[in-house]
Amino acid sequence: MSGAVRRCAVGQVGATIAGGLNQAVNIETNQSEGSCVEGVERTAYLGCFGERTQHAMTTSDQAVETHGLRKLYGGKPAVDGIDLMIPKGSIFGLLGPNGAGKTTTVRMLATLARPDGGEARVLGHDLVREAAALRRRIALTGQFASVDEDLSGQENLVLIGRLLGFSRKGARARAEELLEAFGIADAANKQAKSYSGGMRRRLDIASSLVTTPELLFLDEPTTGLDPRSRNQVWDIIRRLTAAGTTVLLTTQYLEEADQLADRIAVIDHGRMIAEGTSTELKASVGAGALHVRLAEPGRREAAQTILEKALGVTVEFDSEPRRLNAMVPDDASAGHALAALADAGIAVSDFSLGQPSLDEVFFALTGHHTETETPVAAEAVSKEAAQ
Amino acid sequence: MSTIEGEKRIAGAAIEKVLDTSVRPDPPGPLANVLTFAWRGLLKIKHMPEQMFDAVITPVMFTVMFTYLFGGALAGSTEAYLQFLLPGILVQTVMFATIYTGFTLNTDLGKGVYDRFRSLPVWRLSPIMGAMVADLQRHTISAIIVFLIGLIMGFRPETGLLGMILVILLLDVFALGFTWIFVTVGLVVRSSSSVMTMSWFFLMPITFGSNIFVDTATMPQWLQTAIAFNPVAHLTTAARGILDGTVDASQIGLALIAPAVLTVIFAPLSLYLYSRKG
Repeated sequence: MSGAVRRCAVGQVGATIAGGLNQAVNIETNQSEGSCVEGVERTAYLGCFGERTQHAMTTSDQAVETHGLRKLYGGKPAVDGIDLMIPKGSIFGLLGPNGAGKTTTVRMLATLARPDGGEARVLGHDLVREAAALRRRIALTGQFASVDEDLSGQENLVLIGRLLGFSRKGARARAEELLEAFGIADAANKQAKSYSGGMRRRLDIASSLVTTPELLFLDEPTTGLDPRSRNQVWDIIRRLTAAGTTVLLTTQYLEEADQLADRIAVIDHGRMIAEGTSTELKASVGAGALHVRLAEPGRREAAQTILEKALGVTVEFDSEPRRLNAMVPDDASAGHALAALADAGIAVSDFSLGQPSLDEVFFALTGHHTETETPVAAEAVSKEAAQ
Repeated sequence: MSTIEGEKRIAGAAIEKVLDTSVRPDPPGPLANVLTFAWRGLLKIKHMPEQMFDAVITPVMFTVMFTYLFGGALAGSTEAYLQFLLPGILVQTVMFATIYTGFTLNTDLGKGVYDRFRSLPVWRLSPIMGAMVADLQRHTISAIIVFLIGLIMGFRPETGLLGMILVILLLDVFALGFTWIFVTVGLVVRSSSSVMTMSWFFLMPITFGSNIFVDTATMPQWLQTAIAFNPVAHLTTAARGILDGTVDASQIGLALIAPAVLTVIFAPLSLYLYSRKG
């Protein structure tokens, strides 16, 4: 097992996984968080696998296992020592802003790029020496539609089928099945370039399933999609583990990782800065996030002073002029703080106490927020980067 | 560009039904991979027949223009010049068409689809070789059309249909070897427009600085010496020889030296560059 795990003194955080996403969970995180962060320098192994699961896990349970994975581009590290443990049959999310090293990590694990350092075993195969054997068991849906836009949807799937060894007839039958299941049958004979973004993505994912892979890489599967298509792709991704497929997806959308992934690794500047379930990640920042919206914006300074005194933590102004945000140490103190506001005669128009969003987690871990670009802008940037 | 909306609701259960990790056919060999990728190339011609237009219109223009404008002056009569020019135009046509392989490859590599190909359990070079094989079909079609135009204008090969078939085969073999240069260029150069520019800079002198349009006997000595080392000139000589029925083994041998050498140098180089990409 990873040395980092042993260095984590406390594993109770795992017991809180059952907590719902938007309800406050009271947990003893301070101790475990502290020891993790100290022990592993910049990497906080939040939750750090409970004692029980630690013993049950052996190498063969892992679809992906990397230690200190590195990749340099032009002498600069794009990926700078990443340790991953991805259990078989799970959905794992790599979360990070543009240029964090997500795509490079996926490209290495999918045998497209050679690592410059570290160790990596994918489905038990050595990444470099056993790349050919590994390629038979994995599939990749790249960041930009990895379909041939000049060909029709049907031809795309038949092409992959033939390359994988299906007979002409077998490849056609398989293509038909997939087109039907993915709702592309009506446009099967039209060129993929005429498809909408959502359809192209579905064709892209279908192309990865011509033979069902044991490990599927989805690099930013919903970047640039409208909300409806995004929901369809989410529906698909949730189903992919039905036959035991492990899914590794990258995303810069916090909500996406939250919605889909069993475990999430947060990546920034080529380094993993946190790993755990969505709940664990959120819990690491504090018991919950308190958002208070005042009736009068003019009372914000006064409210800040009162809240800080009652909570004993920093209270920040939101970009919205009436709102204040704070990470609260426990539920009870939040109640007291609100009561203190009422006592001071400061009217609160609404408030919420919930788990912190992943953006707040990201801020707490890195000191800066994730990029909040529009999907279109994000795509334009990453296209540039790919040139 | 019009888009098609997939209005149908996707049923999650239907997706689970098509998942089955146990269905995994035996992987096909490299040759089967190459042929499948060649099929991909042919599908592209099917979907975009307009790209054949390029491959056909230039040679037709050159044949008509040179024959009627310069034919009388160069060879005394347009008929006599056409007889001399046509094999050369065929060579030029195929040489120019080889650029497209590098150009298409360069465009293709920038797209996500090559990432998929690279993640598939197929022989590494098969996508590239498949494209090359598909382009042979394009070369063959262009050559047939040039022959047809020539025949209409009055070109009469001594060796008839057999001669024409042999010339097309020779051209295809030559093109296959030569294309490796442009595949390499396509792998190294960043943008597809610079692939075009670089390729033209290379192709213009070696096609015009040859015996395609005129007999080299009228040229200065230094140029004749240079042309003696020009593989395009050897190919043209061999093509003329085949169509006139005067060819000998040494002419064909000389014509095939260049493609053989180029393959030996550039095929492994392409493989190296391709596997290093990404």
